[in-house]
Amino acid sequence: MNMSRLALAYVRRRPLSTALVILLLALGVAVVTLTLLLAHELETRLHRDAGGIDLVVGAKGSPLQLVLAGVYHVDVPPGNIPLAAIGELRANPLVANVIPLALGDSFRGFRIVGTEPSFVALYGGVPAHGALWSEPLDAVLGTDVARATGLAVGATFAGSHGLTEGGGEHGEARYRVTGILARSGTVLDRLVLTGVDSVWAVHAQHQPGMGANLVAAAKEPAKAEAAGAGTVHHADDDDHEVTLALVQFKSPLAAVSLARSINRDTALVAASPALETARLLTVFGAGIDLIRAFAGVLMAASALMLFVALAQALEDRRYDLAIIRTLGATRWQVAGVLLVESVLLAAAAAALGIALAHGAAWALGQWVPDAAPLAGAAWRWLPAEWAVLALALGAGILSALWPAWRAYRLDVAATLAEG
Amino acid sequence: MFELAGVTHRYGPVTAVAVAAWRAAAGEAWLLEGPSGCGKSTVLHILAGLVTPTTGDVLVAGTDLRTLGEGARDRWRGRTVGLVPQRLHLVQALTVHDNLALAQSLAGHPHDPLRITALLEAVGVADLAHRHPRALSQGEAQRVAIARAVINRPALLLADEPTASLDDTHAATALELLRAQAVEAGATLVVASHDHRVRALLPNRYALAPVARAGAGVAR
Repeated sequence: MNMSRLALAYVRRRPLSTALVILLLALGVAVVTLTLLLAHELETRLHRDAGGIDLVVGAKGSPLQLVLAGVYHVDVPPGNIPLAAIGELRANPLVANVIPLALGDSFRGFRIVGTEPSFVALYGGVPAHGALWSEPLDAVLGTDVARATGLAVGATFAGSHGLTEGGGEHGEARYRVTGILARSGTVLDRLVLTGVDSVWAVHAQHQPGMGANLVAAAKEPAKAEAAGAGTVHHADDDDHEVTLALVQFKSPLAAVSLARSINRDTALVAASPALETARLLTVFGAGIDLIRAFAGVLMAASALMLFVALAQALEDRRYDLAIIRTLGATRWQVAGVLLVESVLLAAAAAALGIALAHGAAWALGQWVPDAAPLAGAAWRWLPAEWAVLALALGAGILSALWPAWRAYRLDVAATLAEG
Repeated sequence: MFELAGVTHRYGPVTAVAVAAWRAAAGEAWLLEGPSGCGKSTVLHILAGLVTPTTGDVLVAGTDLRTLGEGARDRWRGRTVGLVPQRLHLVQALTVHDNLALAQSLAGHPHDPLRITALLEAVGVADLAHRHPRALSQGEAQRVAIARAVINRPALLLADEPTASLDDTHAATALELLRAQAVEAGATLVVASHDHRVRALLPNRYALAPVARAGAGVAR
């Protein structure tokens, strides 16, 4: 029967008030933890998807749009670039690797990316089933795509025009699934990959000989189709286009000089994923900070409630504490009972709150398809969670300070005389 | 066993209690008598080391209480003194058994469930061991409080108005129980009471007089 068991006995004696205090504090902890988890996961995802890409080169437009379209595959690209530009980039001695991307079509909301096998290698992707594409109209599915569509190796499907669902189907040219990639935890999981020539082929068959812009189709599929658009395939092979190029440098020095010379000397735009991602995170950051401040207020309110509960408990058990002193407890011990009680509650709330946050991250991944990539947060323990734990325990100690001081100062003889 | 000499205690400017000289030998049973409000509880608290008197010497079981620091005096009390408070208050959050276990623990003794069970049996409440205090009658709670007071075999057993709200039969029983448990534990017993029924039952008496009128009490 030590002081901790005594504190526990007091906790058990007030189940309703105990449960309310724990629940309120746990909610505050859960919101703080969830924002930490999601922000960290988002940041990690953004950095991982941009990993290894030093520059995105595309048509004139906003650099952020170029990065969003070419690296994260969430925005429409600003336009196309001639295939010749890829050759020029490859000829540059500062450049180690150039990966062309041809965008414009999608399959049930998943983007079809015409590219080269080096794109898969960039993210460390490997086929879990089958093999990478070799012929035109071969397609390789990311693991999320395979799971969502239920397609297996050997199945065929038709891409739809445009980057979102609802575009017209390219029914005449059906893709054949040759492989499904293992999960990489990157944007690869949500893409349909094929050769650049497949994309050209699809659009050539759809509207042969029409010299329209692939990207116009991507932006406004219906309108573009009405106008007979939807192909990058010009009559002349030299007029082939791709949407953008991902560039890796031989040395970091190249980053500044090459980006500058491309932006100055050509009709193209070079955007740095690292720079644009950082800008994007600044925007997110403000929103996340606001939510976190709100959660902080929630935690402070629950600490206040804990304080009220403890102060009330102290008044209820002044006589008890006096008796415990007559049994030989020191001032420190009776003060300790209140402190331990408060810390027990705070620890329970912190554990519950952190568990709730991880559970919420998991549930988010299960029920909100768009948030699925963030669900990995459910199984990750961040160092910052130690800080949340410490914060909750600190709130517990702070709430108990005044009641514990009152218990410490208790006049045993006078309290016993009051009866 | 204990000795009070020249003890006075003041609350503010008013002298509330004065004990000129009072000495008790080991194993004796004493009645501390006097009208209500003359400071009997305060004297018990002085003996228990809960109150430090304004003047005078307090020697209990060979220890000069003035030489002990506050924390040391708390621990000393846990080992040396058993107090049955006036309102028989048990720790509300704990069962009867755990009330006794807490007293053992605070005296620095290991948990001894056999001793607890035996003691509860001796005071006639063995079947209530796992009840909470609010489920007990006043008489039952008093028995538990007596058991808790003697659990550590104290040298000094103090009881504050133990018969105040009991009828004649129960008053006699309570006194007998206190005396028996004091003998069992080898403790010196001091019962503070203004109850005339108690006088016949305790051989030694110390009369505490209201300070304002008499100045000091006398041993008889």
